[in-house]
Amino acid sequence: MISVFRKEVASFLNSLIAYIVISVFLTGIGLLMWVFPETSILDYGYADMETLFGVAPYVFMFLIPAICMKFFAEEKKSGTMELLFTRPLTDMQIILGKYFAGLFLVIFSLLPTVIYYYSVYELGNPKGNLDSAGIMGSYVGLLLLGSFFTSLGVLASSVTENQIVAFILGAFLCFISYDGIDALASLEAIGPLGHTIERLGVVYHYNALSRGLMDSRDLWYFLSITTATLLLTRLVIGSRRW
Amino acid sequence: MSIEVKNLTRTYGHQKALDNISFSIGQGEIVGFLGPNGAGKSTTMKIATCYLPPTSGSLEVCGMGVTEHPLAVRRQVGYLPEHNPLYLDMYVHEYLGFIGHVHGLRRKVLKENVKRVVEMFGLIKEQNKLIGALSKGYRQRVGLAQALIHDPKVLILDEPTSGLDPNQITEIRNLIRHVSKEKTVLFSTHIMQEVQALCQRVLIIDNGRMVADKTVGQLREVSGVAPHFQSIRVSFKNLVNKEELLQIPGVLEVSQETDGSFLLLASAQHDVREAVFHKAVESQWTLIELTRESHSLEVIFKELTGKGGQDD
Repeated sequence: MISVFRKEVASFLNSLIAYIVISVFLTGIGLLMWVFPETSILDYGYADMETLFGVAPYVFMFLIPAICMKFFAEEKKSGTMELLFTRPLTDMQIILGKYFAGLFLVIFSLLPTVIYYYSVYELGNPKGNLDSAGIMGSYVGLLLLGSFFTSLGVLASSVTENQIVAFILGAFLCFISYDGIDALASLEAIGPLGHTIERLGVVYHYNALSRGLMDSRDLWYFLSITTATLLLTRLVIGSRRW
Repeated sequence: MSIEVKNLTRTYGHQKALDNISFSIGQGEIVGFLGPNGAGKSTTMKIATCYLPPTSGSLEVCGMGVTEHPLAVRRQVGYLPEHNPLYLDMYVHEYLGFIGHVHGLRRKVLKENVKRVVEMFGLIKEQNKLIGALSKGYRQRVGLAQALIHDPKVLILDEPTSGLDPNQITEIRNLIRHVSKEKTVLFSTHIMQEVQALCQRVLIIDNGRMVADKTVGQLREVSGVAPHFQSIRVSFKNLVNKEELLQIPGVLEVSQETDGSFLLLASAQHDVREAVFHKAVESQWTLIELTRESHSLEVIFKELTGKGGQDD
């Protein structure tokens, strides 16, 4: 697993993908937080980081599938699938190696935003007047969301040998699980069931964590949907045997 | 036994890719696996490397079943898949290091093994190049080096020489011969000369069925008992039309080798040499060579796989 992880990370860092992903992410978030008047903290006047945590899921929706699209699609296309899957590794080890490599890159791109915390902290009046616990919770929520999106990206990549299809499918899955379920819950036709459906969606649990309240139910929710997606990926990868 | 196959069957949907195949390969043997495209060679190899499971029957490598101990089997096997897939964006030494690491080699052993295969396959100058920048011959060497990095007991090579030029084919064959001294080798090919050049034993399969499991010598003899075809080499000093040779009774197929030199495939019932001679006299061709070839493996192959008289 470690060797696959290392290989994938090295191949990110040797290609342009990692740098493009990270710089696009940071530039986008930076502009939204500090420059664009609609969302800028400076114009907003409150010392919080809602902008980051509100926008990041939408940026992740595109960036994470872009990171993950090559994982299995490329291996299938170039035939290296057979090379990798005839080594002494279980399918799950290979999937996890790739999954953690994707997650590593997500975390890596998220790390520099900690500087924003420091900036907002300094800018507060009085200094340091911000909801640190809430921000901590939001970061945890964002990480868990990132790890779930990564597993969706890996799944999307495992069903096709075309990277573009993998990307579009991945972005679609992320969007449906994030916004789709929430939108469904708010349909009037659904009525009282709405609240139950809302609880199945990612947004509900992400928002709960953003409030700074670390509820084990939310943590379990993210862990279970991520695990379930990875198990589904194993099923797809294992389908060559049928 | 290094490889032991019993009643192996594999189906893809309704199509039977392998139909009840059995054979065994002893330690240190080098065996050629022969058959037309789509006969089931690659499928057998994929099963032996645990990429695909058998539908029924069993395949054991070094006494371990592929369904029961897939990881242990993979540790014993060095595999070069068909078309030699490689990570083109990796450097040669990086790639060999990665494969070695996957096989669980420790840092020091890994370093030694990479050095060993790099030297063995003449990749010293190329080891710091991107695989994508290498020529096909060198890529093939990298593919073989990769299969040997963990010093496997069994080597499975799927068409190791396909797509190479004649010099590279000779090189790769020499390398295979060199490594086969200590290892069991099963390689697939559809080139007959390769079998003659490399191995003692041939397995021929066609349509998923085993049609021959014999030594190269035996194969010639057996086929010699009731040959349906014979090949005649004939050369003329002057230009001769291929069509005219085809009109000679008994000649089934003519392939032109050079301007005046032909290889005739004829039915075994009558000796067409006489007829060729008369035809030459009649048409005033100057005959400079007329020989019956000893049964080439090509002819035997055609007979066994039921493709007699046709080129594939």
